[in-house]
Amino acid sequence: MSRFSIFSLARNAMSWHQNWPSQWRSPEPKPEYDVVIIGAGGHGLATAYYLAKEHGITNVAVIEKGWLGGGNTGRNTTIVRSNYLWDESGLFYENAMKLWENLSQELNYNVMFSQRGVMNLAHNLGDVRESVRRVNANNLNGIDAEWLNAEQVKEFCPIINISKNSRYPVLGATLQRRGGTARHDAVAWGYARGADAMGVDVIQNCEVQGLMVEGGVIKGVRTSRGEIKAKKVAMACAGHTSVVADMAGIRLPIESHPLQALVSEPMKPVIDCVVMSNAVHVYVSQSDKGELVMGAGIDPYVGYSQRGSLHVIENQLAAAMELFPLFSRTRLMRSWGGIVDTCPDASPIVGKTPVKNLYVNAGWGTGGFKATPGSGFCYAHTIAKDEPHPLNAPFSIDRFITGALVDEHGAAGVAH
Amino acid sequence: MLYIKCPWCGERDETEYHYGGEAHIARPENPDELTDAEWAEYVFMRTNTKGVHRERWVHSDGCRRWFNVARNTVTNEIVAVYKAGEKLELPAAEAVKAEAETKKAPAKKPAKKPATVKKAAVDKKEGA
Ligand SMILES: [Zn+2]
Repeated sequence: MSRFSIFSLARNAMSWHQNWPSQWRSPEPKPEYDVVIIGAGGHGLATAYYLAKEHGITNVAVIEKGWLGGGNTGRNTTIVRSNYLWDESGLFYENAMKLWENLSQELNYNVMFSQRGVMNLAHNLGDVRESVRRVNANNLNGIDAEWLNAEQVKEFCPIINISKNSRYPVLGATLQRRGGTARHDAVAWGYARGADAMGVDVIQNCEVQGLMVEGGVIKGVRTSRGEIKAKKVAMACAGHTSVVADMAGIRLPIESHPLQALVSEPMKPVIDCVVMSNAVHVYVSQSDKGELVMGAGIDPYVGYSQRGSLHVIENQLAAAMELFPLFSRTRLMRSWGGIVDTCPDASPIVGKTPVKNLYVNAGWGTGGFKATPGSGFCYAHTIAKDEPHPLNAPFSIDRFITGALVDEHGAAGVAH
Repeated sequence: MLYIKCPWCGERDETEYHYGGEAHIARPENPDELTDAEWAEYVFMRTNTKGVHRERWVHSDGCRRWFNVARNTVTNEIVAVYKAGEKLELPAAEAVKAEAETKKAPAKKPAKKPATVKKAAVDKKEGA
């Protein structure tokens, strides 16, 4: 792997940037691997990276039915934060945040992590109490969080409308200054490049069609490109987790929903932070290209169509319009949908399954992107050691039987 | 937006309805005897079907009645609408077609072949 530096940039500029090598190989699948990871999105690729880097397991394939990073990794609104309520999630996401803070250096790949600050708005007394409680809980866990009143919100984000006459007035907000955004594609590409350099095979256009289970032990996967044997198999396939798990007869408490997002035409910088509102279902930031990036709520029904209904977008834009009246004449450029895998307690499942050597990483709902490095880090540990890392131990499937749920509906809401 | 045909009111916009989740999940009749795992199965586990999914809707801004819908979760085609307490038997062809569709990208519209609704005497084991 050629490392990126100011010198390599200058050297390649001499040849008009025509001679950059491919950043990863496109290998044919081998007949057998130590670990097969299903899904080459951010989580799957990060898992492969940390398996190789932290645990020295490099005989690994990441197989992907489409193209690398083409699922939810390429469809989300790129928000990163760690201000979750409970200790279990707070510590888990804070570990991810710490990995984010050094990720570009770690990968020698610019993931454009921008800690511009994330505000979560409160619109009624219930919101305010819940938010202040969460700020206190975050501070106890060493996670930066502040409570802002309406005037302070306006100061932090001058274009926001804090009129008391709004249908849902802004009463205040929590602020995590270390939160922000990252370039989603670059995260997948950076991890793919890093994993590939350590010997991991990233195999695209290779759809899993069956799981080979013998006597309660996973033996490999059947794919559109033939059988691949594996000592361990790890699912990281987001919205399609139920479909893949079903191939091994495993039932999960997950339901998949369409989730939409959209971007406006590019415009001059107007908003230099991330603003989220659970109550009115909208979240906004501005990309480096100048587009306003806005996320909507999920459609209520189970769906695998990667498209949602227009009325959901209408609600989202009505909310955006009230918060930011100056967006009123902004034109929209494109909208799209992804399939999010939601859990009843709005927390993920990362751990072992009833089938030996088969692992699951799913249920991230609308908020998987922010967890990418932390998820990969803990999942790699779980796979390598056949036992969860202390940070993801609370997120086993068993919690739905024991009742030890990690209810993050307040911190997650729809706007993860 | 989906157009859903309420069995009592006819076709209306999706916004008049509320979704009620997977249908035919019966509340256990012997709650005292259930293990934690069996409770988890009832409360949390879902089929999350890719293909024809049987689900409940309520016409909340209309007649306020609950009913069942069989909808293809990939194409959003509504295969059948049937009343609470009834059972739906998908013609084998429909099920196969739905499966084939989910394997490939959503292709052409399937030819209509109505699913049959069996007016079973209300079965206590079936949730509405
Ligand atoms: Zn009706």
